[in-house]
Amino acid sequence: MSKKQKRNLIRILIAAAMMVVFALLPFDGWFRFGFFMIPYLVIGYDILKKAGKGILNRQVFDENFLMAVATVGAIILGEYTEGVAVMLFYQIGELFQSYAVGKSRKNISSLMDIRPDYANVERDGAVCPIDPDEVEIGTIIVVQPGEKIPIDGIVVEGSSTLNTSALTGESLPKETAEGDEAISGCINMTGVLKVRTTKEFGESTVSKILDLVENSGLRKSKSENFISRFAKRYTPAVCYGALALAVLPPLANICFLHTPPQWGDWIYRALTFLVISCPCALVISIPLSFFAGIGGAGKAGILVKGSNYLEMLSKTNYVVLDKTGTLTQGVFAVNGIHHSQMERDTLLAYAALAECYSSHPISKSLQAAYGKEIDKGRVTDVEEIGGNGVTAYVDQKAVAVGNGKLMQRLGIAYQECTQAGTVVHIAVEGSYAGHILISDVVKPHAKQAILELRKSGVDHIVMLTGDGRKAAVQTAEELGIQTAYSELLPADKVAKVEELLAEKSDQEKLAFVGDGINDAPALSRADIGIAMGALGSDAAIEAADVVLMDDDPLKLAKAIRISKKCIQIVYENISVAIGIKLLCLVLGALGIADMWLAIFADVGVMVLAVLNAIRAMFVKNL
Amino acid sequence: MKKTYKIEVDCANCANKMEEAAKKTAGVKDASVNFMALKMAVEFEENCDPKAVMQEVKKNCKKVEDDCEVYL
Repeated sequence: MSKKQKRNLIRILIAAAMMVVFALLPFDGWFRFGFFMIPYLVIGYDILKKAGKGILNRQVFDENFLMAVATVGAIILGEYTEGVAVMLFYQIGELFQSYAVGKSRKNISSLMDIRPDYANVERDGAVCPIDPDEVEIGTIIVVQPGEKIPIDGIVVEGSSTLNTSALTGESLPKETAEGDEAISGCINMTGVLKVRTTKEFGESTVSKILDLVENSGLRKSKSENFISRFAKRYTPAVCYGALALAVLPPLANICFLHTPPQWGDWIYRALTFLVISCPCALVISIPLSFFAGIGGAGKAGILVKGSNYLEMLSKTNYVVLDKTGTLTQGVFAVNGIHHSQMERDTLLAYAALAECYSSHPISKSLQAAYGKEIDKGRVTDVEEIGGNGVTAYVDQKAVAVGNGKLMQRLGIAYQECTQAGTVVHIAVEGSYAGHILISDVVKPHAKQAILELRKSGVDHIVMLTGDGRKAAVQTAEELGIQTAYSELLPADKVAKVEELLAEKSDQEKLAFVGDGINDAPALSRADIGIAMGALGSDAAIEAADVVLMDDDPLKLAKAIRISKKCIQIVYENISVAIGIKLLCLVLGALGIADMWLAIFADVGVMVLAVLNAIRAMFVKNL
Repeated sequence: MKKTYKIEVDCANCANKMEEAAKKTAGVKDASVNFMALKMAVEFEENCDPKAVMQEVKKNCKKVEDDCEVYL
């Protein structure tokens, strides 16, 4: 508890004790009034002061004003105990709220407890810990077993096992050795590592992730905006309602019914109205639910950039998946070399060299199959033709490496391949030299992931790929996806996403899932862009709205389930809180609900809503 | 230009009011307050001095919610 909270607790205890004692004492009239003013002022002086200031600043209708009017009214009516009790319970509610919010703030930030406190730098032979902010790029840092890697870099000495679970939610440890990338936020488990930093602390993965999580609440969901608009209108509405309730029925009694006005009774009802009217429960529980949901998702390795995205995710009915790197491992292997007009190794060498500047998985596998050091000096005039391939000069010979479209474009006759997979045609000096068959491996969980997506309520699953039709159909059938579009350029993918966006209704949301490498336009065009396997890829973290830290497609369904749970809690809170309040308002107007029930409607509902909101944090078994 | 500031405020409704007040301040294009993270993100209009604008934002926030703080 903070100092402020402790002070308030003491005030509550003192006031409560005095209230009970004075209620038992046989005082009457002014004596009674005088005695009850002591606990009332002890517990309520700050509320009264704030209400006064609010009126001076023309901010009349806030909860301080409501409480001040309700309690002063009750005291004037001679209901001293109730007046003090309302103030007392209001303060108890406030204390509980601030305690719960503080607690969940702490819990959620400890979920994402990946901030490194120091970096070990070797100076004059001794290792000393310094502030990670002060470490310059290129510094060698030492990471002991049990410590977090504070800054992104490359391992220059030592080998070890890394625990990435804080970032990815994945418990399987990762081996690392000299020359590997060391990503900040991972915990070094076994050996001592020396890492040469390649980024500043502020640009490192760990800082970017923390920044993202901390700022996620700034993008507000529709529910949050609805509640703040509601609260803004609701409070004044209830105040006028209370005024009408206090004045109109007695006037009606006098003028039309010619009965006694019963001012006291109606004013008492109006005051219960005011107590019920406080919108705290709603206003606090909705952002708290989203905060808890986003925190829980973060723990599972799913970063959501804002509550609006969490809300949209729960309404996802269209999931468009990129094939490569999302459903398949994106690890291509050369499976065969056909129709080669020259030595197989020579053909492979031409292909690998021409593609040596590309980071596309296919070119990587060509290079891997080539197996020798790439001498970039042999390659000149590289030109990449998006979605087609590459043309380049290798050893002064014109080489074209790409798909059938590239061959057509260059007017070169080529042989189709009979097997499924990606076919890389090669032409040297304008004549066809053969093709290399490369096929991709489907991720182990991909099929189950598609099933679970359907189970989570996603009706339309669409696969997009730049690969050939055969490979696309083969993968789609294997995974049980009915709709697949193949041979798409990056721009075609955006067009397909737009087509689907136009087809769906407004309530349904469309998520595009990619690896963030060359599908950034589609990621940003979709309602929700989900980037996968983003650990270590800044581009993906920037472009996407939801970031899955590792590349397990099962996380997709999990993300949707987390969002659904969170939204359900939000709706529960909205409907229960508004429902109970409206019910109590009606009962209060009819004179059935007294001030004690009003206190429950105010404080009790708030406590329930806050406890329910915290539930959104628990996502482990989803 | 967009900047994020740390804030101190006790209740969620007050945070909403601060957001409203910040949005209405001259020189502020958009503002968003995150009660849970206690942060305020302010997007400024072109060619205006964020420091001067933030002084106004702070003043306006204090007007709607006496018990709040914006750390500049």
